[in-house]
Amino acid sequence: MKGLWTVFRKEVVENLRDRRAAFNSLLLGPILFPFLIIGMSYLSISKQEERAEETLELPVVGAEHAPNLLGFLEQQGVVILDAPEDPEQVVRDQASPLVLRIPPEFPEQWRAGEPALVEVIADPSRRESNIPMTRVKSMLAGYGQQIGAQRLQLRGVSPSLASPLVPKDVDLSTPQSRGALALIFLPYFLMITAFTGGMHLAIDSTAGEKERKSLEPLLLNPAPRWQIMTGKMVATAAFALASLMLTLLSFRLALPYMPTGALGFELELGLGMIGKLLLVVGPVAILAAALLTLLATFAKGFREAQSYMGLVIFIPMIPSLIFMSNPVKPEAWMMAIPMFSQNLLIAEFMRGELVPTAWLLIASGGTLVLGLLMAAFAATLFNRPKVIFGGG
Amino acid sequence: MIEVSHLSKSFGDVKAVRDISFQMRDGEITGLLGPNGAGKTTTLRMLYSLLPPDQGTIRIDGMDPVTDALEIKRTLGVVPDSRGLYKRLTARENIAYYGELHGMGKARIQERIESLATTLNMQDFIDRRTDGFSQGQQVKVAIARAMVHGPQTVMLDEPSNGLDVMTTRALRRFILDLKGAGHSVVLSTHIMQEVAALCDRIIIIAKGRIAADGTQAELLERSGEQNIEEAFVKLIGSDEGLLA
Repeated sequence: MKGLWTVFRKEVVENLRDRRAAFNSLLLGPILFPFLIIGMSYLSISKQEERAEETLELPVVGAEHAPNLLGFLEQQGVVILDAPEDPEQVVRDQASPLVLRIPPEFPEQWRAGEPALVEVIADPSRRESNIPMTRVKSMLAGYGQQIGAQRLQLRGVSPSLASPLVPKDVDLSTPQSRGALALIFLPYFLMITAFTGGMHLAIDSTAGEKERKSLEPLLLNPAPRWQIMTGKMVATAAFALASLMLTLLSFRLALPYMPTGALGFELELGLGMIGKLLLVVGPVAILAAALLTLLATFAKGFREAQSYMGLVIFIPMIPSLIFMSNPVKPEAWMMAIPMFSQNLLIAEFMRGELVPTAWLLIASGGTLVLGLLMAAFAATLFNRPKVIFGGG
Repeated sequence: MIEVSHLSKSFGDVKAVRDISFQMRDGEITGLLGPNGAGKTTTLRMLYSLLPPDQGTIRIDGMDPVTDALEIKRTLGVVPDSRGLYKRLTARENIAYYGELHGMGKARIQERIESLATTLNMQDFIDRRTDGFSQGQQVKVAIARAMVHGPQTVMLDEPSNGLDVMTTRALRRFILDLKGAGHSVVLSTHIMQEVAALCDRIIIIAKGRIAADGTQAELLERSGEQNIEEAFVKLIGSDEGLLA
């Protein structure tokens, strides 16, 4: 086993000295990801608060048909603007997020006690118009209820008869589980890091070695070839694990600065949690090291290997994206799906749920076994002349 | 001592080496000559056990590269054409890496490095990273790396490629010293002066076969030419390939 550790040490030293590569694999993720998450949430929370509080300017067409309604809106702090000539165009041009149109039939319908039509002209596919739209609609609904209740009272009917049902939210979410929602990207970042952390080393130590023509002399040493290959894979896995640990530590340091706004949650990444997350993602790093080394070994040079890596990165991405866009209730059988199971487990851990130990064993053990099988296959590759000489 | 008999190797339809037999003795420098694509590299790769032969046998000091690959590698020192150094490691680290892969102890490795650094005159750059090394410095590191474990058989592929006159002369003295110490030295080269100056025996390979095998005097006599270059052209049967 001496050969294995000799190769391991040399690859680690050599790659740490490559400043650009070391920065890319070890530091870029840990600096970038927490910054991204916190930056994005800061932006979205402050934007939301701003939109919810800012003065609402509302152009109204046909204001003369409903002076009382407009009076109510103005009471609520809305600034009524003059009617634009072509309200649809104004919304389409995004000059105004929405326009209220009161048709000429309004007074007639109102007086007759029929439901009176008011049009809210907006484009809901423009997400920035959602908040003003919701505000205007809820004001209109409030006015409608107020008037409705008055009409019933005038006729001697209790308004509560018109509300036979009262739905009430019983919120079971905990501050921690709400916090987990804000960290929905975390599994995605961790899975990607498990792959990118060792990517450069995997290429450099196999395809790169072939390209620099140092592979042939290396294999003339009396160290068993599987040890040479395994040393390279262990170095790749070590870089990936180091990168994961740095990412988690930087999240731990950065989370207290995350703006929580009105959401009311607490975010904390304790050392125990970091340990649990590493237990889940660690096997992925080993699987990734085997897979990356395997593929890079088949490439003739650096560039060819890099072009494979562009595709490999989808392997952790796709399950994470599926999980993010299509949340499912975790079941035992899902733990047998490598890459997907980790997403489920990380999310459960972050929510503060208790996860059955069997699930952890299936997910981490299964991924680890798959990784080791792949590594065992990769370890035989240097026995193939075609792989060493690149088919020449 | 290398003994090769009836060695053949094909890659698909291409017969790279066809039924060659030769000997390379201890205390001698054997030149391996041939035009590009003649089968020299394939032959060398079979000798140092990176390629399994299709047919024939190889014995290096009585061992078979096919079955005793690891043992044979302990007795071989190879300086490849492309030096294949690690640029982010120092010369010393490059050499020590191979020493460790040979299973040598740390103290022994440093002892060998000091001794080789003196012999090859590399004290000035032994602790510098090899990035930016001149051709001469690179070949010295590659030689020291191949010699760190004290191999009995030394194979050098185009060792004087890109070297200046002074370095070439130093290199030749080093190779002659190896011969004097009883090593078996295999020199694969294109440079006829080098062959004339160094080699005790010359094996010419062309189109995968042995075109000639003998001392310099024997080859000159057999071809009826005055110098080794003319003899080479005549013996391989054409002058194509030399420029290729």
